Amino acid sequence: MKIAVLSGKGGTGKTTVATSLAQSLPECQYIDCDVEEPNGAIFLNPDLSQKFPVQVLVPQVDDNKCNKCGECAKACQFHAIAVVKNKVLVFPEICHHCGACIIACPREAVSETKRTIGFVETSRRGHFLQGKLNIGEPISVPIIQDLKRRMHEGIPVILDCSPGASCTVVQSIEGCDYCILVTEPTPFGLHDLKIAVQVVKKMGIPFGVVINKATSDNTSIQDCCRESQIEVLLEIPFSKEIAEGYSRGLLPVQNELWKDKFRKLYKEVKKVQA
Amino acid sequence: MKQIAFVSGKGGTGKSTLVSSLSILVQDKMLADCDVDAPNLHILLNGKTLKQEDYFGAKEAVIDSSTCLKCGICRETCRFGAISEQLEIIPMKCEGCGACLLICPAQAISLAEAKTGQTYVSETARGTFSHALLDIGAEGSGKLVTEVRKNTFNFEENEKWLLIDGSPGIGCVVIASIIGTDAVVAISEPTKSGQSDLERVLAVARHFEIPAFVCINKYDLNPEITSQIESYCANNDFPVIGRIPFDPDVMKALQRFKTPVETGNPRVTEEITGIWIRLTEELAKPTAKQ
Ligand code: SF4
Ligand code: SF4
Repeated sequence: MKIAVLSGKGGTGKTTVATSLAQSLPECQYIDCDVEEPNGAIFLNPDLSQKFPVQVLVPQVDDNKCNKCGECAKACQFHAIAVVKNKVLVFPEICHHCGACIIACPREAVSETKRTIGFVETSRRGHFLQGKLNIGEPISVPIIQDLKRRMHEGIPVILDCSPGASCTVVQSIEGCDYCILVTEPTPFGLHDLKIAVQVVKKMGIPFGVVINKATSDNTSIQDCCRESQIEVLLEIPFSKEIAEGYSRGLLPVQNELWKDKFRKLYKEVKKVQA
Repeated sequence: MKQIAFVSGKGGTGKSTLVSSLSILVQDKMLADCDVDAPNLHILLNGKTLKQEDYFGAKEAVIDSSTCLKCGICRETCRFGAISEQLEIIPMKCEGCGACLLICPAQAISLAEAKTGQTYVSETARGTFSHALLDIGAEGSGKLVTEVRKNTFNFEENEKWLLIDGSPGIGCVVIASIIGTDAVVAISEPTKSGQSDLERVLAVARHFEIPAFVCINKYDLNPEITSQIESYCANNDFPVIGRIPFDPDVMKALQRFKTPVETGNPRVTEEITGIWIRLTEELAKPTAKQ
């Protein structure tokens, strides 16, 4: 079963939930899809033993064949290739690797070359995976795709997604069986939860909510979930102890009580598949 | 107008709380929320909409079924898996690159403008405010950010400052939020993840040669990591311009849609005032970017 953990708003405890769940299960694969700011390794301490570059294809122009007609630049929808002063310029960072310029060139002067935008690291047996986008690179989707190609079959897979609701989140949760939406009881948390709900509904994936930093005097999230008939899977109370452990890279599931709660959470989630 | 972008690497470190507090303390400024896929600032600002527009920030292929030969070459060409077996475009996957249109032997494919979000400019008690909302799962969040920033110039009335609320991460949205600004202020918290994310976002600011400054929120939660962050910043020339103490009242105020400044929290207000003073002093130094 493939379970994605996402949150809309950042800093609500997405990684806490994803890594706690991973540690509560006897066997699973954890994938950190937040390739801009991966944090799962801080909590799971994996033995990262393998590292693979993630490469994309960008155009390269053969000056001997090119007659500066400008067809490639006209074809590129992303302004990643331009003909200026009798020279073809490629802006590789903003290239979407689509290959349109190659098709457009009438003289077959455009070919492709590989370019590294980040890397993927895995533990020895591939139970822990993370990706990292290189500094200054805008496009992270190819790294997420690379991670997802390495998904295991037959054991639970937990995908820790990036915050927000843009194409990186869509890319991460696509094909998952269930989404856990993590939120917190603030106006920001509630607002962004509603956005995350729209994303998973649009993708048609079953989902439930985990409320982190729950307090008894603010039930805005519970009320909203009740009204919209959304299942609340778990409430993690606001606790200085948990926050302090988190700051040092420790998870609440160090404690058996919490391990148990996360096992129950998994059972709940699994019912959906049945 | 000097532009200051507030970013955090990691989400939830108090970025919007800081920006909304500064929106009260700083005079003569405009505001922009560039966290377009999960914007929050408008919740606290409550303005009157001056302009609201659909934004068409992407393209999408359209196949004319009456001229289509059903040859399927487009489907083989598309690198994004955006054309189904029935030769229909899957909008969520189409990047609007136009490769299919170039290859189609029957010229059955064209590109249409696709709506990717909505932009707003609002008049608020704290200044003109530009923001946006990305459509669910839409492409081109970076372009929408650029549009939000462009909108501020259309409504500019010689304000001295533009305060930009950025987004978490280091990718296209963050890059579009900080490029061309006068300074980046990164808000971190003393946790291992906060520390790691801060270092990455500072590296992005340096990559684009933008002066960057650091605020540590809830600095007293873990003094050990706070001092590690401070020595990292000292060694790499990122001035630390603020240390905001942990105070449960900040969250309580937020639950009532208020900033700590409005609820009269003297400790936090004093520190945030200090952050602004130190930032303006730093920017006035001759070494800072002109
Ligand atoms: S591969 Fe696509 S995005 Fe890249 S330069 Fe060519 S046409 Fe532009
Ligand atoms: S425009 Fe590009 S992404 Fe969209 S269907 Fe055509 S080839 Fe695929």
